[in-house]
Amino acid sequence: MRHIISILMENEAGALSRVAGLFSARGYNIESLCVAPTHDESLSRLTLVTSGDEQVIEQIVKQLNKLIDVVKVQDMADTAHIERELMLVKLQAFDAVREEVYRLADIFRGQIIDVTESSYTVQLVGPGNKLDAFIDALGSIPVVEIVRSGALGISRGPRGMLIPEV
Amino acid sequence: MELSGGEILVECLKSEGVDTVFGYPGGAVLHIYDALYQQEQVNHVLVRHEQGAVHMADGYARATGKPGVVLVTSGPGATNAVTGIATAHMDSIPLVVFTGQVHSALIGNDAFQEVDNVGITRPCVKHNFMVKDVSEMAETIKKAFYVATTGRPGPVVVDIPKDVTDPKVKIPFEYPEKVAMRSYQPTEKGHSGQIRKAVDLIVNAERPMIYTGGGVVLGRAGDELTHFTQKLGYPITQTLMGLGAYPSSDKQHLGMLGMHGTYEANMGMHHCDVLIAIGARFDDRVTGDLSKFCPHAKIVHVDIDPSSISKNVVVDVPIVGAVKSVLTEMIELINQAGGAKKTKELEAWWDQIEQWRGMKCLDYKWSDEIIKPQYVVQKLWEVTKGDAFVTSDVGQHQMWAAQYYGFNKPHRWINSGGLGTMGFGLPAALGAKWAYPDEEVACITGEGSIQMCIQELSTALQYNLPVKIVSLNNGYLGMVRQWQEFFYSGRYAMSYMESLPDFVKLAESYGHVGMRIEKPSDVEGALKEAFAMKDRLVFMDFQTDPEENVYPMVPAGAGLNEMILV
Ligand SMILES: Cc1ncc(C[n+]2csc(CCOP(=O)(O)OP(=O)(O)O)c2C)c(N)n1
Ligand SMILES: [Mg+2]
Repeated sequence: MRHIISILMENEAGALSRVAGLFSARGYNIESLCVAPTHDESLSRLTLVTSGDEQVIEQIVKQLNKLIDVVKVQDMADTAHIERELMLVKLQAFDAVREEVYRLADIFRGQIIDVTESSYTVQLVGPGNKLDAFIDALGSIPVVEIVRSGALGISRGPRGMLIPEV
Repeated sequence: MELSGGEILVECLKSEGVDTVFGYPGGAVLHIYDALYQQEQVNHVLVRHEQGAVHMADGYARATGKPGVVLVTSGPGATNAVTGIATAHMDSIPLVVFTGQVHSALIGNDAFQEVDNVGITRPCVKHNFMVKDVSEMAETIKKAFYVATTGRPGPVVVDIPKDVTDPKVKIPFEYPEKVAMRSYQPTEKGHSGQIRKAVDLIVNAERPMIYTGGGVVLGRAGDELTHFTQKLGYPITQTLMGLGAYPSSDKQHLGMLGMHGTYEANMGMHHCDVLIAIGARFDDRVTGDLSKFCPHAKIVHVDIDPSSISKNVVVDVPIVGAVKSVLTEMIELINQAGGAKKTKELEAWWDQIEQWRGMKCLDYKWSDEIIKPQYVVQKLWEVTKGDAFVTSDVGQHQMWAAQYYGFNKPHRWINSGGLGTMGFGLPAALGAKWAYPDEEVACITGEGSIQMCIQELSTALQYNLPVKIVSLNNGYLGMVRQWQEFFYSGRYAMSYMESLPDFVKLAESYGHVGMRIEKPSDVEGALKEAFAMKDRLVFMDFQTDPEENVYPMVPAGAGLNEMILV
């Protein structure tokens, strides 16, 4: 099963490579991985998407917790949560295709953010499966390139990830 | 007090109670060496190869329970240390390894003797740090010792760029009294509800089995384990790493389990109904084929590392906590419950075990002509009264050491179980001898392994470390040869080495005593003579049966009940 895992880490050099190294060394797969600073300068937040059966996910969470710089790990599957990903799609768009792209973007609540005589670039935000559905819907429209941010997750409700006290 | 980075490092070591650094100098650590030179409290042992330094510190740590400390230079100094670091990591040994690094301004420029130490060691340390500024030195070192020695212990690398130890840059020094890390808070105390559940299962077991590992030794819980086991009256088996935590000579002890474990231990594992795993990690050399492992058992698992629990084998009652504290709580509850139920089933279980024990799986064929390696280990036990510190290298001799030297105390059996590092034995023995100069220290090795860190014979002379080397020289990379005999139709690819040195002369040229022993009737005399030379390192080159095999054996892919007996 696909899991979104959120990680708060001490904002030290090499934090990312500790996580990436763990996954490659232990043969876990990473579908996507996002890292960025948070409102707390001392922390950075990683969101990764992985898959595996229950035992594998349990090990992944334990192994992440074992990394000395990891402050907190949360498997988003354990709580009600919202998933979002950003995708930019550059398409070849001539003549009638321009109309079609325009319509599809509208249906998926995307925005056209760059236009040339021969291309459109569409920006789309949503859970991963919505972005996949958009790509499917493009059908035979030629794609020039796609760039995706990887999924982000945040829990629903008023509470954030709890940072342990020292 | 204003101090330079190098001086701060030395002061931190003093504050941590470090008496010895094992190391080797080079450009990037010269400032540190200069600071070490100008004081007397912290000793330094100069090795002959950085791998030797780490194994020595490791042997010291395993013998004493204190963290071992290493200092090596950048580049090749650090890469030479990596095998030692990985060895310690696999066996959870607390080390603090200081590696020199090039000047901060040069990092990333492919400078002379630059290598990314933090990157190279990341997968084989518990944690690593780079000290980016002298102001971070003291706190980083405090954290390094804290992380290395608490929770599940392990090696920590501290990488120090040369400019950080510049003697011209002095800052006020104060060693932090405490560390607190929000990201690292190991669990000591087990969950009391889980402990109660476990004890309920334990006292009602019909066919119980206690299975313990290196965690009991590391957690200094030998006494608690012994009390626990004897209170229950249950059979116990120990892993290669756990030997000695429970006295091997006691009748409840069934010997080691696993690939070269005893028949009674492995059959006991296979047929038990409650398995009590303590400080052990269900390693593949222990479990055999996982799908056939302990098919009838409810499993209790006590370990300080949550990630060890249900990693290979899913357990019924997991308990995260320090072995010592959990065992203490369990003993109390067992007392309250009035001990184990003395049932007919338990009696029948012991009868069954005695039958398995009656197979005498460790018997071997005697020869008047050629020395049997097992016999040498048995005689070593007798001559040292079973009370020596024994290190080993890796191969058949390691298994014979584990099988035939009945360890009765923890910390006395020192071997590379997890990584299986040939070359470990001699430097580890020197580290143990350094820690306990008045105790007997023997290194059981093979003619292959001993050559991997043979240069440390020179260190042994310089620091007067008269260990006894018991080389079981079968002329083969014996463990490799055994597998080739069993599984490759006897095609001995590269398991025979020509042109072995004359080990007697070799020992002599290093300033030690060498002996070559060829006849079974000379074994005991040679050992006695060697151990009588209290202040000399003696290299005993025993010419042993070249084609002797380690039995019993669970072949790869088999279950523990599918042993080859002879
Ligand atoms: C550094 C290293 N290289 C290779 C091996 C693989 N290996 C395991 S046992 C063994 C043979 C060891 O030979 P020897 O030291 O003579 O011991 P014996 O098995 O003959 O007792 C080898 C090559 C290893 N464990 N470590
Ligand atoms: Mg050999």
